[in-house]
Amino acid sequence: MLNAYATNTLQYDPSLCIGCGVCADVCPHGTFEMQGRLAYLVNQQACMECGACQLNCPVNAIRVESGVGCAAAMIRASLRGQKEEACSCG
Amino acid sequence: MTTAVEITPTTSALTFANRWDHFLARWAVNRMGHRVEPGLYSLGHPTPDSPVFVTANYTLSFDALRSALKGVDGYILALDTQGINVWCAAGKGTFGTDELVKRIEATRLGEVVNHRVVILPQLGAPGVAAHEVKKRAHFKVEYGPVRAEDLPEYLKTRTATPEMRRVRFTLKDRITLIPVELVAVLIPLLILIVIGSKGAIAALLAGTVLFPILLPWIPTHNFSTKGFILGGIVAIPFAIAAFLKSPESALWLRSAWALVYALLIPSITAYLTLNFTGSTTFTSRTGVKTEMFAYIPVMAWMFGAGLLLNIALIFVH
Repeated sequence: MLNAYATNTLQYDPSLCIGCGVCADVCPHGTFEMQGRLAYLVNQQACMECGACQLNCPVNAIRVESGVGCAAAMIRASLRGQKEEACSCG
Repeated sequence: MTTAVEITPTTSALTFANRWDHFLARWAVNRMGHRVEPGLYSLGHPTPDSPVFVTANYTLSFDALRSALKGVDGYILALDTQGINVWCAAGKGTFGTDELVKRIEATRLGEVVNHRVVILPQLGAPGVAAHEVKKRAHFKVEYGPVRAEDLPEYLKTRTATPEMRRVRFTLKDRITLIPVELVAVLIPLLILIVIGSKGAIAALLAGTVLFPILLPWIPTHNFSTKGFILGGIVAIPFAIAAFLKSPESALWLRSAWALVYALLIPSITAYLTLNFTGSTTFTSRTGVKTEMFAYIPVMAWMFGAGLLLNIALIFVH
């Protein structure tokens, strides 16, 4: 059976890492882990593409197409012909 | 001579009015109206060395923070997120670098405290670039725990355990969401109650009440397939009842009535469960998009076929 959540857009280049640890701190799903002075991508599949790591990485070692994982927002956007879905619960 | 910095006193005690406001927010009443004034607040008797906690100007966020800080002397900086919670506002960027820098300057926080540290909820991170705040406002952003309730423990060492850094989606969290899910389908639900369409009512309730409760225990990863499974189970008694209703009718006719339920209920429930993705704490945009492309056509065909069959059968009668 297809698991739609098996892949995501998270990409990490460890060669740029300066070991600040902020990615491991901000990720709510334990996607990154500090081992010594280097961040390791230990659980790629857990990524929900919130974008916190990318935004907080001071050396741009992380790339992710962040957005809301919300079907309601995407359905609304496609019905209105918008390219970018905006969450509009609130 | 400069004017005094405006600091509003607050407490960690929640009043009945606060709890009533939370109740209404949970039922989506006046959804955008649960706000506090953005700005600087004092909690207890803070000194210039006391910690500064940043939050959203949504009452549920602000109150969760202050009520978790019983006995703590400190400052609360409420950002203007237009009444949206921290995580959602961070996703939109309103709980963001610009607003934080602006609010630090507008409240003249630098004149209030001696230190240069602001403690942010971890879930504010999708909107805030800590290194940018440091550069622009000269304040160091410290990401505290995900949940305000862990703050007292966090403050002892100023480090968050891995457990404090993880977002959860407990049974209690999921049950808390049920009222909002129900209110979202309130109008169709009332219409169905008026027409007395029990199968459709069951499909709606399965998607909005049963699903949040049962989510982790329904097999498969995708929300759509979980919905097909749940809706399929809910459809069984309706299909059986429809089949047994008129034993004198032709077998094909009785089977066709059963099929109406088997097509309509799972497609409605699956559509609702797919829409629940936005309420969870873990679905990615890529994943939701993938399952939308895979399963919305299936739902549409099932629903369309079920509806046509239903209409055809009404004419046959």
